[in-house]
Amino acid sequence: MALLRNLRARALTFLGVLGPGFITAMVDNDAGGIFTYSDAGARWGYVPLWTLLPITLLLIVSQEMCSRMGAVTGKGLSDLIREEFGLRVTVIVMGLLLAVNFTNVAANFAGIAGAMELLPVSRYISVPLGALVVWVLVVKGTYQNVEKVFLAASAFYLAYVVSALLVEPDWELAIRSAVRPVLMADRSYIAVMIGMVGTSVAPWMQFYLQAAIVEKGIDSTQYRDTRVEVVIGCVMMAVVAFFIIVACAGAIWENGPRHVQSSAEAAEALLPLGRYAYALFAGGLLCSSLFASSILPLSTAYTVCEGLGLESGVDNDFDEAPTFYWMYTMLIVLGAGVVLIPDFPIVPMILLSQVLNGILLPVVMIFVLRLVNRKDLMREWTNGPVYNLVAWSAVVIMIGLAILLAVFSAFPMGSGAPMPSLP
Amino acid sequence: MERSRTDSVRLVYLTELTGMRLIGPQGARIGRVKEAAVAPREHPRRVSRFLFGFGRTRFSVRWDQVRAFDDAGIVLSDEKFVPYYGDDYHLLLTKDLLDQQIIDVNGRKVVRVNDIALRVARNGNEQLWVHEVGVGLQGAFRRLAEGLLPNRIIREIQERMTPRSIPWEACNIVEPDPQRRLRLSISHKRLETIHPADLADIVEDLGSEDREALFETLGEEFAAETLEEVKDTVKTSILHSLEPERAADILEEMDPAEAAEALALLEERARKDIVRDMEPEPADEVTELLEYEDDTAAGMMATRYLAFPEESTVRQVVASLQGEDTQVKRLTHFFLVDAAGRLAGAVSLGRLAIAPPDTSAMSLAYRTTVEVSMDARADEVVELFEKYNLYALPVVDADRVLQGQVTADDVISFLSPEMERGL
Repeated sequence: MALLRNLRARALTFLGVLGPGFITAMVDNDAGGIFTYSDAGARWGYVPLWTLLPITLLLIVSQEMCSRMGAVTGKGLSDLIREEFGLRVTVIVMGLLLAVNFTNVAANFAGIAGAMELLPVSRYISVPLGALVVWVLVVKGTYQNVEKVFLAASAFYLAYVVSALLVEPDWELAIRSAVRPVLMADRSYIAVMIGMVGTSVAPWMQFYLQAAIVEKGIDSTQYRDTRVEVVIGCVMMAVVAFFIIVACAGAIWENGPRHVQSSAEAAEALLPLGRYAYALFAGGLLCSSLFASSILPLSTAYTVCEGLGLESGVDNDFDEAPTFYWMYTMLIVLGAGVVLIPDFPIVPMILLSQVLNGILLPVVMIFVLRLVNRKDLMREWTNGPVYNLVAWSAVVIMIGLAILLAVFSAFPMGSGAPMPSLP
Repeated sequence: MERSRTDSVRLVYLTELTGMRLIGPQGARIGRVKEAAVAPREHPRRVSRFLFGFGRTRFSVRWDQVRAFDDAGIVLSDEKFVPYYGDDYHLLLTKDLLDQQIIDVNGRKVVRVNDIALRVARNGNEQLWVHEVGVGLQGAFRRLAEGLLPNRIIREIQERMTPRSIPWEACNIVEPDPQRRLRLSISHKRLETIHPADLADIVEDLGSEDREALFETLGEEFAAETLEEVKDTVKTSILHSLEPERAADILEEMDPAEAAEALALLEERARKDIVRDMEPEPADEVTELLEYEDDTAAGMMATRYLAFPEESTVRQVVASLQGEDTQVKRLTHFFLVDAAGRLAGAVSLGRLAIAPPDTSAMSLAYRTTVEVSMDARADEVVELFEKYNLYALPVVDADRVLQGQVTADDVISFLSPEMERGL
């Protein structure tokens, strides 16, 4: 009985800290991510599945360090960068982050447009409506309520699992592929792999997660539960990615490998296999795009204002934090706006975003590693030697991949299709 | 050196000072200033040491070795330089202040230091005195443009921007290390001039170490008032970070109901540690209150109130009130009770003040005594307040013995729970 009560108490504390890590990992599977995974599955079938294991490890390492810094210092990542590396560095990092995140926001509004057009609803209705919903939700809601909505929205990611089940893919092959690394000296294959890593570990996540941990008031005494939550979040993200790839491998690749041009096209490809698989995939896309469109502008405005020492956060009103609200509003208005411009070159913009992302991520990771090893900041919570080895190797791998990704994005080549990723 | 703003004040900015040339008495170029230190024990605002160096070795120049500050640089009167190995009594302007958060005591908020303006003072020789701290666009622009544009042009552009700066005497640095706090003669006493509710907002913006530092040094009573106003998540992490003994001291100063609410946020072990360190009397009160459900009259009530025997005269009540250091939060009412402690009536202090001394207190009581039982639901309490336009509502147990009072502000905070909006 005592054991049961103990378990219940543990479960309750855990639910108390549930939120930041889980939400961050879920938003990670945004429109861009879904597209990248769909494309990987459609073109290469089950083969790329093995990359999910190392990706998960990378993600866990990067997210864990940031959440630990948030819990121990009670400060956001942009605050720490500002304090330790000065204003100029901060302004450069924030500028890059703003640019990268803007393109990400636009990509997610494009995701909303794509998913709604399957219904079919014109993007001239769905995108402004989506933008309004997102704006109102955050400006008029409270953080606690918003977090609840987001956690509930995470359930929609199950849609991909069901969708994959309905497709009836080759499960045996899928599971074997997940643990069998395959490297091929094929440009488009390498590009797909780089795309997968690039879309899974994004710079905004480090800033968002750390800020959310601070906002939630999690301190070092509660950190153990948070660590578990962060790890579970990362694993869940990989699980969702797994099912997306499997669904597309089963539905598209098995009937002839091909390149898909957008996530909405991936959803359409599921149509012959049943209306439900199709509807669930499209619904999942809509939800994750909406989800990411709410988090990204908010997180960006918050991070940038914190780093520059301006008032931020929705607990201030407009007069107190004008820059914060303007930035937040403009990110949404412009992000949604570019999707509505006929013939706007959205694909090149996304490619540019991948390049910037690739430049920014290693920079941020190096800052994170230097900060997390500072004894005066982290006290007994610095990395251990083994952890550091893993983390630094991860950074080296990421830098290598980022350079490759930037090169691939700047000079698309390989099998003729634009690469490595578009929404 | 240009004159800035008013003709009487010659300003040098820290970003100009670092990089300024040190010139020997015969005109020899000695080096460039890398850092400036103030020794608050010696003088609160005079720059005491100018540091320069080559590679890792640093040398210091004392303030009294300076003859003048002119366009070419800092002209020295001798060439005796002492190696500098750091000094705990020195506040380093670049390292300790630039980009860090400080508290603006006048503006009552947390700001980040963009630049520091120093004033040239003549007192025998020329000296630099810290004048004000720049927190606005001016300072930020100067920092970004430093080294990219000539100082003269930076100044010209800067003059056109709206200055936002804080006079040095209104800057409160938060230093977590108690030793260093002493050596730099930093005190947080000035913060006690800020309203606790405003200080609570400030506390919410600080990192966890700085918060802890504040709550270790503020007077217990003031710390208690501030802690009451801080939002729950931050409250939890403050209580976690403090030594249980100190936390107990602060909680003893709080109204037991507020203290119980704060303790309820902690997990059982931390709570027990703190309660164990409290004085027996408040500890018992708090433990009892912890048993009550939040949304009942008992959970809302304060256990400190004024009660007098029902046969008291006005004179007697006034006599026992005068000179009494009551810890009752809202001194608007008192209650009359019979020998067994059962509620007999409620009297407003206003009526008491204008009544002739020999009237019986009971004759001043409201015609009907509105009361509520301990297990009444919170919405019932709210209804009573609305219906009878109450300021205070006595709470009684099953035998009608007075147990506590709910005041109007308890009702307000129940109706508009501090919404944790943020991020």
